[in-house]
Amino acid sequence: MSWELLIKWLPDFLEGAWLTLQLVGVSVIAGLLFALPLGIARASRHPLVRALPYGYIFFFRGTPLLVQLFLVYYGLAQFEVIRQSFLWTYLRDPYWCAVITMTMHTAAYIAEILRGAIQSVPQGEVEAARALGMSRSQTLWHILLPRAARIGLPAYSNEVILMLKASALASTITLLELTGMARKVAARTYMYEEMFLVAGVIYLIIAFALMQGFKQLERWLRVDACQGR
Amino acid sequence: MKSLHKVLLAAAMTLACGSAFAAEKLRIGTEGAYPPFNLIDASGKVVGFDLDIAHALCAKMEVECEVVTSDWDGIIPALNANKFDFIIASMSITDEREQAVDFTKPYYTNKLQFVAPKSSDFKTDKESLDGKVIGAQRATIAGTWLEENLGDVVEIKLYDTQENAYLDLASGRLDGVLADKFVQWEWLKSETGKDFEFKGEPVFDNDKIGIAVREGNDELRERLNAALDEIVADGTYKQINDKYFPFSIY
Amino acid sequence: MIPDLHGFGAALLAGTWITIQLALASLALGLVLGLLGALAKTSPYPFFRWLGGTYSTIVRGVPELLWVLLIYFGTVNMVRVLGESLGIERLALSPFAAGTIALGLCFGAYATEVFRGALLAIPKGHREAGLALGLGKRRIFWRLILPQMWRIALPGLGNLFMILMKDTALVSVIGLEEVMRTSQIAVTASKEPFTFFLVAALIYLCLTIVAMTGMYFLERRAGRGFSRSAT
Repeated sequence: MSWELLIKWLPDFLEGAWLTLQLVGVSVIAGLLFALPLGIARASRHPLVRALPYGYIFFFRGTPLLVQLFLVYYGLAQFEVIRQSFLWTYLRDPYWCAVITMTMHTAAYIAEILRGAIQSVPQGEVEAARALGMSRSQTLWHILLPRAARIGLPAYSNEVILMLKASALASTITLLELTGMARKVAARTYMYEEMFLVAGVIYLIIAFALMQGFKQLERWLRVDACQGR
Repeated sequence: MKSLHKVLLAAAMTLACGSAFAAEKLRIGTEGAYPPFNLIDASGKVVGFDLDIAHALCAKMEVECEVVTSDWDGIIPALNANKFDFIIASMSITDEREQAVDFTKPYYTNKLQFVAPKSSDFKTDKESLDGKVIGAQRATIAGTWLEENLGDVVEIKLYDTQENAYLDLASGRLDGVLADKFVQWEWLKSETGKDFEFKGEPVFDNDKIGIAVREGNDELRERLNAALDEIVADGTYKQINDKYFPFSIY
Repeated sequence: MIPDLHGFGAALLAGTWITIQLALASLALGLVLGLLGALAKTSPYPFFRWLGGTYSTIVRGVPELLWVLLIYFGTVNMVRVLGESLGIERLALSPFAAGTIALGLCFGAYATEVFRGALLAIPKGHREAGLALGLGKRRIFWRLILPQMWRIALPGLGNLFMILMKDTALVSVIGLEEVMRTSQIAVTASKEPFTFFLVAALIYLCLTIVAMTGMYFLERRAGRGFSRSAT
């Protein structure tokens, strides 16, 4: 591949990469917030509370993200009611459709990570906190969640990488993120191998940087020290 | 585990079958998502103007033809990869494409024209288009035309299929769609298209549509050209034309 | 509540069958690649360790959709040259073959890690016991190590298969008429995107349920002889 061409299209690729980062960043953070109540409910001792988020999680983990994306982007527009409502301000924009779908999708996965993490916090620690006179919610916020966060962090970092890769699907609803940009440039230049390889290398660089970032975060939070059970 | 073996075998066969070839059997490459020129009906058959022309040409050349579909993005790479022998998929003859493939004589002429809601005050001069959101299909002449002529004033959205662009026009995500006039005309006739209309004059009317063959395949190109002359001369072409459009598109 | 399928019911069923075939073919390829990757990663030779590690790192860092596009569009020239050198005139990847390779490649990269974990989980003593009994290296691997690995790796592989099954939807982008592509064709004809994408979602849910049930029985079978307390 000629370097000239690469330099000519590089700004487009970087623009695409920036959109990719936005999509991933917003959805994994919003997804985490949304997953908190879901995960806590899933770890509940009451069967009814436990069952409630199950349907949601089952649907979002059991169907492809591509289907979910098309349901939100093309599917919802089928209904006049939605197109008349205030929701349309956001749903007409592919950016928001991608962010909303990716958030709902990743929330289902993060909720399961949270549930696993909460359940692996030793029962004794919760009992100790209660014995010290902490209320239920105090125990949740001061003992259970901080411990669960450290236990779940490695799995969460995996999920972030998975979402980085999943964001490529946004190209199917007209967004020009990294994959969308590569497809656009490839269709114009007929240089498919080269353009897709460039995009692949950029994904690898982003994934590597994210993993390094999470390693630092784990060190800072002393995740290892907390794993002794 | 027996079934697993079978699946493996099936995968290997699929790999190998791309390489099978028969003496006088030509494979037609088309897209199948571009009504009325090429589309897939409920029975899975590819039909439309392009296919009618293709079958008429095959009959004149006295060869057996088989239809292969490919998505639009990859249709030229697929031709060069020998996935089929010629493309008849309403493809515009452009300089860029001519570096990758060879074209026959045009088999129809296309114009690009905007479509927008009847209720909207949509004008097609550059100033009025400022800030509008316009849709087109990825890797089409309409998409390229938009980028080259209006790229600095309108927001261009590119779709995998023309149908997806119409879904978004109907849902109000797009202010207008730029596409081939005949395609737009067909959609305007449909149930969802009834609230929309052509806006302005065609913005581009020198868009010749040809059949693409692999570079250097002059033998097939000449045979297709000869067959094309024949169907125009003997009225077959007009018959097909009239089946789809109330005006001549040759 | 059966939605009006506008005559696309049979096409959707055919699409489901393609999806199943694609998933199983990719699984077969992925298992082989994963096993090879794990063997390479645990090999005593640095070169093989490097090869296995590079494979799983690079493949896991790039989106599945990009692999599908790259293998379908990007290998056109390579495959043709390969075909010519083999004396085959029209060698080209069909969407099914390209999808199988792309998804098998991705499955294999993750399976490499699962198999490696399973390989390391088998006590060294078992291999030594085999050696003491005078078994050859190959027989130790096939008769002693592999059957035990299978049991340990099964839950991990099951999860990967669920992911693989959903990733088959990506192959619709290169025109393979599986569930997703068939739904899109139906949307074009019916103008009812919500209906048909919901039907597609339900088909995938059914496939997931079937796969989960299958996994349950496979795991139970593989776990024979291991009481709960022992594992």
